[in-house]
Amino acid sequence: MKDFMARNPFWSLIIVLAICFLIWAIFAPWPPGFVDTFGRKKIFLNALFNGVTLGALYFLVASGFTLIFGLMKNVNLAHGSLYLLGGYIGYDVANTTGWWLLSFVVVFVVVGAMGVLLQVLVFQRMEGEDLRQTLVTIGISIVVADLMLWYWGGDFYQILTPDWLSGPIQLPIVTAVKSSGEAVFLKYPFVRIVILVASIVIGLAMWLSLNKTRVGMLIRAGVDDRDMLSATGVRIQRVFVLVFAFGAGLAGVAGVVGGTFQSLAPGEDTRFLLASLVVVIVGGMGSIPGAALGALLIGLAEQFGSVYMPTYAVVLTFLIMVVVLAFRPQGLLGERR
Amino acid sequence: MAVTEETGTTSIDGKPQSAWSGLSLGSIPTPYWIVGAVMLLMPALVGPFFLFQVFGWALILGMIALSLMFLGGYGGMVSLVQMSVAACAAYMLAIFGDSAITQISLGWPWWVAIPIALIIATGFGTLTGALAVRTEGIYTIMITLAIASAFFYFTRQNYVLFNGFSGFNGVKPPQLFGVDWRQPIPFYYLTLFWAAVAYLSVLYVSRAPFGLALQGVRDNARRMEALGYNVTAHRIAAYVFASFIAAVAGILLVWLNGQVSPGTAGIGPAIDILIIAVVGGLARPVGPFIGAIIYVLLRTFALDFMVSMGLSGERFQLLVGLVFLVIVFWSPDGILGLWERWRNRMNSTDPLTGEARNKDGGSEA
Repeated sequence: MKDFMARNPFWSLIIVLAICFLIWAIFAPWPPGFVDTFGRKKIFLNALFNGVTLGALYFLVASGFTLIFGLMKNVNLAHGSLYLLGGYIGYDVANTTGWWLLSFVVVFVVVGAMGVLLQVLVFQRMEGEDLRQTLVTIGISIVVADLMLWYWGGDFYQILTPDWLSGPIQLPIVTAVKSSGEAVFLKYPFVRIVILVASIVIGLAMWLSLNKTRVGMLIRAGVDDRDMLSATGVRIQRVFVLVFAFGAGLAGVAGVVGGTFQSLAPGEDTRFLLASLVVVIVGGMGSIPGAALGALLIGLAEQFGSVYMPTYAVVLTFLIMVVVLAFRPQGLLGERR
Repeated sequence: MAVTEETGTTSIDGKPQSAWSGLSLGSIPTPYWIVGAVMLLMPALVGPFFLFQVFGWALILGMIALSLMFLGGYGGMVSLVQMSVAACAAYMLAIFGDSAITQISLGWPWWVAIPIALIIATGFGTLTGALAVRTEGIYTIMITLAIASAFFYFTRQNYVLFNGFSGFNGVKPPQLFGVDWRQPIPFYYLTLFWAAVAYLSVLYVSRAPFGLALQGVRDNARRMEALGYNVTAHRIAAYVFASFIAAVAGILLVWLNGQVSPGTAGIGPAIDILIIAVVGGLARPVGPFIGAIIYVLLRTFALDFMVSMGLSGERFQLLVGLVFLVIVFWSPDGILGLWERWRNRMNSTDPLTGEARNKDGGSEA
């Protein structure tokens, strides 16, 4: 952080100014001239909050992807299928048992087990063969997508939010001041706030366990030099299986989250695969903080894009990726190897 | 493009040789004659449906996959953007030439519209390549996949230029020399001609100094750089060449379908091109055409086949996916690789000892 500020005083200043402006735009009531140019403050705030929660969802999907890639150099293009499968299974569990929270546990275990199968049956057989892994996982995603279409059909599914989470809550943020002088506060769906907080907690927990625990130490050592790590006597294949199971389980859990505040349908697997690709390319391959930053950027870009330039919102995310690639090919927080 | 000083390889006796030297008519192996004759006589053998919908389509898809094979096989860069380049050429032809969407199409004559379409599409492919070569290996696949989907979404959302979701229809080939080129037989020969040109030019380039340098870059980029080759320039030049082939195929494709829409360049078709190239085999230029024939036959007849087997025809994608999965799982170099291994097992000498192998291929096992 200090390094960055010392090296790039100009950019640091711009970033600090942008953050100050953002804080002002969130908390202060907007002057009328501002409203004329940018529309009502409520729209802006909603786009901001939706962007951040969408970023949280993207982070859940992409962090597993980036962890698997960073450690094992395994390119799992079936990651989107794991997401959608998790969502469907979560829907079935939540629907039959009525317990929303139970679906998270079941999905984490089931999809994590699928991840173990993938690692043992597919990736261990073709270690180091990038292209073959890519092709095989593309094949798997095609087959799995069609099997899911077969079983669950082409309908839209939405996982019902449990009662204790549904409904909006009032946030201490002023959107407008009525003519009577009474302030209007922002209302926002409670479940999204919970999801956002949960993702932040998961992200922090991942960061802490990567940096403070023994398994995290093994994983970081594996990222740096896995041959040397296995030479020191660590049974590295077990670490691989563990990480793969965790990453896959996370993708499944993200599916339940996505199914709760968006919807599940065929094609969502490709969408989330692409989203996680863009997120990790922007943030930097194999970096958890990079995935968080990339997910936040892409989520915000998508939501603000859909509010302020609805036609090209989807293209905007790819534009960000192209710009990042052109100026910083290793990603914003990636390390050059 | 000429990064190297040399103009041709040198033969053993010191005489300069071009890439085609040693190629007289007699040196062409018999299978090539047979395949060539069969392809030329095809209109006498099969009906118009086969000619147009099966072989025409397969040759076009084969050309697009060939451009991928050139990048992937010789350059080591697997690019998923080739279908988008083809669709870009198709769009440009529809925009500058004639189509049923008269408020957008400019209606310029074909000899202006086609070169412009080719140039723009090649430029698009080159720009993509210039971005993609900043990264290596697996990143290339991801970036080109992302650019291909960006192109798909852009064409779907843009109504001013690309006419959004519905795209363009009514794009017809010009009436040249009094021939209606959309009739099955003329169209078949048209695609056959361009596919042959594309095939032979890839074969030529792969043996020319540029192609050899490209293969050197694929095998060891750092060493080639140390030898004084401009690695980036070679890679981008490969994209230019491959994009041009894909652009030609795109123009043929829009004539075949009569229309172009965002679905032409979707993520599914982009991956299908990769499947075609890989199933055929990335090692030789003929692979993509074999893959394309298999793909088109599956696509056309799998439905009937599955229905007759008592399965529902909707599971077509499952069949394609399973075939693809089985092939890449057990034979990374595609059908051609399978064929080569089988042939080696059947009749060959042991590469180490020079002795004839057992009939049952004992030394292999």
